[in-house]
Amino acid sequence: MSSILIQIIQALLLLLLAPLATGFVSTCKARLQNRRGAGLLQPWRNLRKLFVKEVVIASHASWLFRTAPYVVFTATAIAASVVPAMLVDTPLSLTADVIALVALLALARFFLALAGMDIGTAFGGMGASREMTFAALAEPAMLMSIFVLSLSAHSTNLTTMITHTIHTSFALHPSLAFAMVAMLMVAVAENGRIPVDNPTTHLELTMIHEAMILEYSGRHLALMEWASMIKLMLFATLIIDLFMPWGMAMQATPAALAIALGLWLLKLAGLLLALALAETALAKLRLFEVPEYLSGAFIIAFLGLLSYYMLEAGV
Amino acid sequence: MNNIGAIDIALAASVTAILATCSPLVVRRQQHLRAIMCLLLAITAALAVAAGISGLLGSHGQTTLPLGLPWMPMHVRIDALAAFFLLLIGALLLPAAIYSQGYLRHVKQLIPMVVFLPLFVLGMIGVVISDDAYTFMLFWEVMSLASYFLVTFDHHQAENRKAGFIYLLMAHLAGLLILGSFAVLYAASGSLEFQAMRDAPLSPVWATGAFLLAAFGFGTKAGVVPLHGWLPDAHPVAPGNISALMSGIMLKIAIFGFIRIIWDLIGAGDFQWWWGVLILAAGSSSAITGVLLALQQSDLKRLLAYSSIENIGIILIGLGLAMLLARYDQPAMAALGLVAALYHTINHTLFKGLLFMGAGAVVHSTGTRNMEAMGGLIHRMPWTAALFLVACVSISALPPFNGFVSEWLTFQTALLAPQLGSAMLTAMVPFSAAMLALAGALAAACFVKAFGVVFLGLPRSDMAIHAHEIDHWMKAGMIIPALLCLLLGLLPVSIIELLDGIPQLLLHVSLTESVQTHGWLWLTPVHASQASYSAPVALTGMLIIGGAAFLFLHPKGHAVRRSTAWSCGTPETNNRMQYSASSFSQPMRRIFSAIYQPEEQLHTERRAHPLLTTRVSYLVHVHDLAVDKLYQPIANYVLLQAKRLDRRHQQDIRSYLAYTFYTILFLLALLSVQQSAMEQRNQPAATSQSQPPATLPGLTSGQTGTEVRR
Repeated sequence: MSSILIQIIQALLLLLLAPLATGFVSTCKARLQNRRGAGLLQPWRNLRKLFVKEVVIASHASWLFRTAPYVVFTATAIAASVVPAMLVDTPLSLTADVIALVALLALARFFLALAGMDIGTAFGGMGASREMTFAALAEPAMLMSIFVLSLSAHSTNLTTMITHTIHTSFALHPSLAFAMVAMLMVAVAENGRIPVDNPTTHLELTMIHEAMILEYSGRHLALMEWASMIKLMLFATLIIDLFMPWGMAMQATPAALAIALGLWLLKLAGLLLALALAETALAKLRLFEVPEYLSGAFIIAFLGLLSYYMLEAGV
Repeated sequence: MNNIGAIDIALAASVTAILATCSPLVVRRQQHLRAIMCLLLAITAALAVAAGISGLLGSHGQTTLPLGLPWMPMHVRIDALAAFFLLLIGALLLPAAIYSQGYLRHVKQLIPMVVFLPLFVLGMIGVVISDDAYTFMLFWEVMSLASYFLVTFDHHQAENRKAGFIYLLMAHLAGLLILGSFAVLYAASGSLEFQAMRDAPLSPVWATGAFLLAAFGFGTKAGVVPLHGWLPDAHPVAPGNISALMSGIMLKIAIFGFIRIIWDLIGAGDFQWWWGVLILAAGSSSAITGVLLALQQSDLKRLLAYSSIENIGIILIGLGLAMLLARYDQPAMAALGLVAALYHTINHTLFKGLLFMGAGAVVHSTGTRNMEAMGGLIHRMPWTAALFLVACVSISALPPFNGFVSEWLTFQTALLAPQLGSAMLTAMVPFSAAMLALAGALAAACFVKAFGVVFLGLPRSDMAIHAHEIDHWMKAGMIIPALLCLLLGLLPVSIIELLDGIPQLLLHVSLTESVQTHGWLWLTPVHASQASYSAPVALTGMLIIGGAAFLFLHPKGHAVRRSTAWSCGTPETNNRMQYSASSFSQPMRRIFSAIYQPEEQLHTERRAHPLLTTRVSYLVHVHDLAVDKLYQPIANYVLLQAKRLDRRHQQDIRSYLAYTFYTILFLLALLSVQQSAMEQRNQPAATSQSQPPATLPGLTSGQTGTEVRR
């Protein structure tokens, strides 16, 4: 019973902290750029405002346009609730392994792209086309780095993978380093951050994610925005789980959980700060350089695989 | 009733199909003809499903039919493999028969369809239940020939005749190769019966010969790259219900033949390590090439045809992995790969059948296959749109539908495979898994394009504006596979239990134990700690969260305000401002330009002033490199030789007489050589030959008759 309760709390934490995480990144970015920034809570305020605002949709939008926000949000939320954040062994982690998790996110993306095409403006189609193209190129890199991780754990189940990493003594594994770099690169691309896409841009011919949700307003827009915040949170937690899970609670005792929560937040803050630093330091790539970036991620992950076989397999 | 086995039901299905073929002899009115054909086909399908399920549940049987050649009666048999493919045939044939009742309503000349469609079905059922090479090849040819007449059903257009001819050519090339494979097996066993072929020991060289002939033969028929040239031409030109059956079932019959000969007759014990590598490489290249070319099509049915090549590739990736694992003595993992391939086989049957039926409905209603003339059909054809969407989500391997289950199982086979013989092989398996991931994600892009351009946005032509919804028969025909797609996505554990007879037959291992440990809810291919997936739980969670969000957020009672879409401040948007099919795939064209080698032409007209553009036209043509680089040279060479031969035809009567004279001289010389050889061998045989043959009197009387008349 208690593990189910913790599962629910953990899922709610992921959903509710997601806007804060986005706010944290933008505040860090603002400070790095010598601005004051809107504060940690600004994404929450935005969402609250959008939830009470009236919805206006385009005159020839179909039912798909109106259902897509719910599909996108629920698929992302289910994916988020599968990822362990504090307790390693949660009841829902059996529902989907890492591959199924990626597929749930792909389901959200599929409907996001369709919604973009529903209005029939050039922006929506453009966003959908680019999003699907880049997602397709990111997929093999993502899978390859998952593969490198699953080689030593002999599993794609998150709980087993985390347990395996916690129980192996800390040592420098070159394959893991490669896999982590590839995963970070893919995570940046999947979340539409600089250098692949700019989440704060509007009305530029380079935008991807924003182009698809341009016609949304009110609660629909809120759900779409919230889903993309959850996705950022999910990827950050996933990277923490896979590469630095130390300190996560194996048993559901209050003390262990408190330590796990604290460490999780600390690691999250570290990762998001790194993201803010990268976003400040880097410029956005030209659109047709993104494929090279993504195939670079794939090559790095593949190098990780080769180095596993050459350096670690026999050991 | 206890005595009726699966084999009897399957034979009853064949008889119903024959009855349907013969129905034009009795019935004259088109309307009745259509109804009778659809009814009989539906009964055939129901019987095939019944035979398949009872066969999978353990009712095997074999019998010898009093048909065929005097010394070679037909042997038929149902084992788990045959039963599975019977089930697959029936599962799509039943909805297709219902769909045809509506789809064929406006067809003028029905008789070719009524004759050849049931024959086609009969051929497929016959191939599946055959138990000797003669029966197999006979029904194989019935299937190929009948489908040729169905491809050229609309034979008034030259394009269709050409597609049909290429199809016929490739189908017979495939048939020849398969015949060669059987010849090798016959030479080793001395019998045409499958049981003898199974038992006969094969030397590695002969086994390799049989494998290569079968792999290329069935690969041609299944449309494996680079032998796929006929497929994207033939499938689109056939009527909608036929495309569904050809893409949905006939390609799978080639997969069946592949498994039957290579896994069953040659046997997993004879596998060599590079066989699996070859199949894996063919599968990976088919998957990637197929989906990349599908992405660039603006003909809806051609897009679906290329996507079939991709899915055949995915099936072959599963089979190739299983062959590698079977070679390296990992039968349990090999069984997983085999089941993944079979699961994808039935999945593709269902969603590709549904997609082709949906495309048929769209083509029927708009009168064009060109996606650039569609758009906004979701408003006019809501049912078709919803059902087509189900198929798009399924084929893009997204949970909770069925396509994801089989791709997930294939991934698990690749990811959890232990180390194989050499480092090269071990690294190749994950690489092919990455290619599978790329193909899956590109398929999602492809079907976002297909659904988005056809059903969403603004109508791009008058035909799209005046489109109409399909009738109830067609709707009913499409609802069944859509429901099955969801069912197969939600209940993979029960389906894998049903399929368990096939790994037991081919590999002598059972998957039931490892899969079943956590009950029907949790799919655990090896062990729960390694990987697990539960579609019902994920779907329930999504319904709860989505329902809660909707109830909480959706205001009751007042309608949503609608306004014009925003277009950078220009007063109005029109249908030419939206993304089209070719603009959607433009980034892909640019990224993969080395593979596509697109021919692009851009014309900008500036009549009045160099700065005032009046008209822009953009033409793009993407080549299928396999067709350009492989087929065209061969075709050119054959034509060249034919031309050379042709020159010999252009001469006068004297040279023709000379040809005749020399030919007769040559034949006489041949005869005398043969006779002298026989005389040397045994004297009595030569004397008996000198006596007049029995047919001679008739010949002489004929001659006398002519003399009398003179």
